[in-house]
Amino acid sequence: MRSTENQSDTAIGAPKIREYDVEAVNRKETRPPLYVPRKKIHPRRTQGFFRTFKWWVMAVTLGIYYVTPWLRWDRGPGAPDQAVLVDVPGRRFYFFFIEIWPQEFYYIAGLLIMAGLGLFLVTSVVGRAWCGYACPQTVWTDLFIWVERLVEGDRGARIRLDKAPMSAGKLMKRLTKYVIWLIIAMGTGGAWVFYFADAPTLLTDLFTGQAATVAYATVGVLTFTTFTLGGFMREQVCTYMCPWPRIQAAMMDEESLTVTYRTDRGEPRKPFEKNADWDKRGDCIDCKACVVVCPMGIDIRDGQQLECITCALCIDACDDVMSKIGRPRGLIDYDSIANDERRREGKETKLRLFRPRTLFYFALWALIGLGMVYVLLTRSDLDINVIHDRNPLYTTLSDGSLRNGYTFKILNKAREQRTLTLHASGLPGIKLKVVGSEDMGDSPDPYFTVKPDRLQSFRLLVTVPPGTLKSDAADLRFVLKEINTGQTASYNSLFRGPGQ
Amino acid sequence: MSDHRHVDEFTGIETTGHEWDGIRELDNPLPRWWQWVFWACVVWSVGYWIVYPAWPLVSSHTKGVIGYSSRAEVAQEIKTATAGMADQLERVRKAPLEQIRTEASLREFSLAGGRSAFNVNCSQCHGSGAQGFKGFPNLNDDEWIWGGTIDAIFRTITHGIRNTEDENAHQSDMPAFGRDGILTKAEISDVAEYVLSLSGQAADSAAAARGKPLFTDNCTACHGDTGGGNAEFGAPALNNDIWLYGGDKQTLVETITNSRRGVMPAWGRHLDEATVKQLAIYVHSLGGGK
Repeated sequence: MRSTENQSDTAIGAPKIREYDVEAVNRKETRPPLYVPRKKIHPRRTQGFFRTFKWWVMAVTLGIYYVTPWLRWDRGPGAPDQAVLVDVPGRRFYFFFIEIWPQEFYYIAGLLIMAGLGLFLVTSVVGRAWCGYACPQTVWTDLFIWVERLVEGDRGARIRLDKAPMSAGKLMKRLTKYVIWLIIAMGTGGAWVFYFADAPTLLTDLFTGQAATVAYATVGVLTFTTFTLGGFMREQVCTYMCPWPRIQAAMMDEESLTVTYRTDRGEPRKPFEKNADWDKRGDCIDCKACVVVCPMGIDIRDGQQLECITCALCIDACDDVMSKIGRPRGLIDYDSIANDERRREGKETKLRLFRPRTLFYFALWALIGLGMVYVLLTRSDLDINVIHDRNPLYTTLSDGSLRNGYTFKILNKAREQRTLTLHASGLPGIKLKVVGSEDMGDSPDPYFTVKPDRLQSFRLLVTVPPGTLKSDAADLRFVLKEINTGQTASYNSLFRGPGQ
Repeated sequence: MSDHRHVDEFTGIETTGHEWDGIRELDNPLPRWWQWVFWACVVWSVGYWIVYPAWPLVSSHTKGVIGYSSRAEVAQEIKTATAGMADQLERVRKAPLEQIRTEASLREFSLAGGRSAFNVNCSQCHGSGAQGFKGFPNLNDDEWIWGGTIDAIFRTITHGIRNTEDENAHQSDMPAFGRDGILTKAEISDVAEYVLSLSGQAADSAAAARGKPLFTDNCTACHGDTGGGNAEFGAPALNNDIWLYGGDKQTLVETITNSRRGVMPAWGRHLDEATVKQLAIYVHSLGGGK
């Protein structure tokens, strides 16, 4: 292991404690102006609870992302059997047992609002947990750094390789790294398009050149962004491009947990000394293990800062050092500003998860969630839409009767053909006529046959006898009824005339 | 504005030299990515000039090496669309109108095509909703001057009305009773009162009684004994609520005095048969078709 470290890193004091020669790249005092090239960050490998947790989160999130399009769900003949599918040409969104029509996009809007509120809730409780664990930028960057370490070695080796002049060996390592990155990046873009078409078919099509241009373009764009954002831009995306770090402070308060360096315990920091009197000095031995593992290039001991994504790797690094020098763990830990205050005042620290902010976010989140569940459970698979003709608004017939034209749409969301009758009420003597099915004549209740999983449009003429319309408009109510089941759908419209 | 150099004291960066109400702008260099994008766009645009039509010349423009033209592209798209419809149009051309009207696929196709042809060729006079205007009949209602069966509508569209381009156009010639001195002003007024009474409107009964024999002598040949009209002669019904020019006394007097001679082109000479058939299907479907 020693050989992989930077030569100037020195073993100090107690065995296996290493002091790192490292400066936090993104430190307030030394932060470079915007117009100098970025200083590359080489985070060192860590081990510990949070690192393990992050590996698991990576496995689960990437697993969901890559596997989901391949799950099958039987919807019967004529319907796609992909569990999650955004069928753009067919204008359908399939999610396991749910099938959403474009008219029902509010479900998606609701989900997005829930995701937003969920993010607020999580942030107010445990700070930027999204950024540190679940954000795609973090997950893919983590994965890319893992590949980098696999090919080029850990921090020290990577720094040396960066400095070394170009050689066959260096070229080989670089190429290997880029190729693996590229494969991952293409896999990322590739998996994305599977959500929009039948995955097994599309996979074959992609490799045989049969897939749609837009599929290749999407794969290309996502490959490019994954490769550059995960491989090269990394922490700059979070610091400069992402809006979330800028607004997350509004969701946090003094009780929010966040990755914190306990100044009261750590200071004054001093290099490790054997048989030290710990009462007279801080626990921080200034080994910079927390700085060297940071993927954001910051020093957590400077306090809360914009760049910190709270990945908690510094907690792992510091805990490791603390156990080695025989001091309690948790010098860097999830903690709140309020606890810091309480300690200073000699009070007991506590965890206040339930407070107005979190309760409010949760209530709002749950309310929308319940509303969505309610709407989903009571969702009708029969819908009706009536549009009154705009021109002409009405027609006077030779006997003085008045007639209005309507475009009439029936949404049959069921997977079977249905027979329906239409009834209109609101004026005496109403006669209905469906254009194109004149064989029915002027039946008071015309019937329709609507094909499965289809929106069908009809033109409807409504006639009332002379003198029935007393003003220039009257309410007209259409009720559509399925003959077999008695299920109904209704629509309130208007009947117009010239007025008196 | 000032010419002398000015260095911002906090950042140590030179400013642009401009000052707006005490606000100065740092003269930072452009971001490198921005410059790359800028030069890439410049290079791209040069390539674009070569490949695509770009520069205006005196009476023409540079054509570009691949010979692209947006007009040609539209023409090609229309050609492709028309070719795609060729089979259906052929079926429409061959099928009798009644079959088109009753066979769902032919009907849907013809309604869509007819609507589009109507908007292009007919809506100028009849209105986009076929609601008509004074002198241009409403095609939604159930009165048809020249017949409302699908075949009659097809014939009217094909040959038109009182035009000079088609010898089979509908011809009818209502005399100008006043202008040509057939009836006096008083007589015309009496006939108008009688027509008002025919359509159930308020009328001077004495004048209407005087107008009745005049009506019988001069009008019933075409408009019928009770003013029911006759599609054979293009004589509209006078005993209902629908009026092409207006059913009030003044308009009736004007009509009887000067006659009316609406004209419609012979669309059979301007459009192909399939389109005219589609138009007939569409107009018939509007609600008034017999």
